[in-house]
Amino acid sequence: MRNTVRKIFSGFVLVLAMVASATWPASADLKLDFTKGNFQPMPIAITDFLSGDQLGVQISGVIAADLERSGLFAPIDKGAFIEKISNPDAAPRFDDWKVINAQALVTGRVTKQGDGRLKAEFRLWDTFAGQQLEGQQFFTAPDSWRRVAHIIADAIYERLTGEKGYFDTRVVFVDESGTKEKRIKRLGIMDQDGANVRYLTKGKDLVLTPRFSPSRQEITYMSYEGGKPQIYLLQLETGQRELVGNFPGMTIAPRFSPDGQKVIMSLLQEDGSANVYAMDLRSRTTTRLTSTSAIDTGASYSPDGTQVVFESDRGGRPQIYKMGADGSNPQRISFGDGSYSTPVWSPRGDLISFTKQSGGQFSIGVMKTDGSGERILTSGYHDEGPTWAPNGRVLMFFRMPPGSNSPSLMTVDLTGRNLRKIQTPNLASDPAWSPLLE
Amino acid sequence: MRRFEMIARSPVFVALFLSLAIAGCAKKPVNSAGDLGLGAGAATPGSTQDFTVNVGDRIFFDVDSSVIRADAQQTLSKQAQWLQRYPNYAITVEGHADERGTREYNLALGQRRAAATRNFLAARGVPAQRIKTLSYGNERPVAVCDSESCWSQNRRAITVLGGAGS
Repeated sequence: MRNTVRKIFSGFVLVLAMVASATWPASADLKLDFTKGNFQPMPIAITDFLSGDQLGVQISGVIAADLERSGLFAPIDKGAFIEKISNPDAAPRFDDWKVINAQALVTGRVTKQGDGRLKAEFRLWDTFAGQQLEGQQFFTAPDSWRRVAHIIADAIYERLTGEKGYFDTRVVFVDESGTKEKRIKRLGIMDQDGANVRYLTKGKDLVLTPRFSPSRQEITYMSYEGGKPQIYLLQLETGQRELVGNFPGMTIAPRFSPDGQKVIMSLLQEDGSANVYAMDLRSRTTTRLTSTSAIDTGASYSPDGTQVVFESDRGGRPQIYKMGADGSNPQRISFGDGSYSTPVWSPRGDLISFTKQSGGQFSIGVMKTDGSGERILTSGYHDEGPTWAPNGRVLMFFRMPPGSNSPSLMTVDLTGRNLRKIQTPNLASDPAWSPLLE
Repeated sequence: MRRFEMIARSPVFVALFLSLAIAGCAKKPVNSAGDLGLGAGAATPGSTQDFTVNVGDRIFFDVDSSVIRADAQQTLSKQAQWLQRYPNYAITVEGHADERGTREYNLALGQRRAAATRNFLAARGVPAQRIKTLSYGNERPVAVCDSESCWSQNRRAITVLGGAGS
């Protein structure tokens, strides 16, 4: 297992250099406003990168797929292209691209360096203004070509939306096989587009709810190993594993603090209650944050680390509560019909996503951090467990069709548009998005 | 009829039938379980099979509840009698939830059901320190469908016997 994990992260050296980064007058800026109700995805032409082999076509394909899946861009069919790019260093014939309504154009080239590395270059053009918007080049090991494509897609997304991208990220999740009654669950990790799936556990022990560290290549998860369900840490680069704390009962629902130095979780106690604890990973000290006879679980820190949102049934049905990171001043913030659980604070800090159960449906929604402004993004028989893309614009969750116990991973935009399924080799649940990779 | 003949001819079936027949002979009850009021069964008194078949190893709960229902109280009272009579079994109460909840809440709800079950058994005379609890949340349904007929079977606590028998 160690080797598998190490292989994912090693050997990737990235050098980024700005080829051209001129500033443009604001009036001529090509920018997508996706907050409008009548939003239309931006038509964009992504040409095959020049290369001596198939790599140029493959890189362009990954870029186009990333941008298309975001729902904000509409890559134009390559069959409609008029100009064939033969020199990506020269300005394109803008009229040829305007006539097919390409608002933006991406050109590029991939070349093998003498030292075996790949050099990938791209340019982003505003066809109607007749200007280059962005130009960068990257050097990388050949087997990291997909990462380079994601990084280029992020640069394009960022330049055209004004928001950070999220394509150069990974997702940890639970891979499910076996019968409906007794699923075999393994930890899996993959690129956010579903590529490069690797497994981190073998399926012997039941594993649940993996979560990414915001600051390191590390995850925390729950495992039934040894018959005593507990929270573990797993270093992705070394495969090193350790138990988080030594509690008298089961620990569940782990999540990192924003600085990655603490894990917050719930301890299931002898009397049947569940209370929230935080453990400092350096000092190994634990702090109890709630002390009720209720079920307090699903805790998640605010991005500044000062507050914690969690679910509790202290008032009857599960609802969302907010408190100080020291457990002070807990107050209920969800007041809609039904019950609320799995609250997760947005990385931007402005919203809390949740699972809502109401009228026999399970929904994914967001609310402001004071509980107001609730918006349901997607509903179904069973939609559960949102996780935020690092830019706070997209949520991933798992969906089960009626009576199947057969989950798959989905994404939805913060606006509720653009519901997509992520292809995985088997059934999959409990996704958790990584931060942007370093 | 034709189908039965085909099955009966298969060597696997014959072997299984024979082994069951032999096991049945070997485990013929020596003492009647009648004095415990547990009813007669084919299982050896004091065996895990006796517990499962004649006492009942599981109880069921209402939606989002860990209250021990009247029918469950009967089962647990019988369990408590049996467990006191056979004190050498280690006991683990497994709490389960149906699928109509979120994963983490269901883990906690399963624990709450297991704890309520243990407390009831303890109140009926089974030493609490003899009983471990474990929650599976909604990870181990016995029936999967999109209706109450399945969910009601999954909201359960199972008393699992381990360790040396009496």
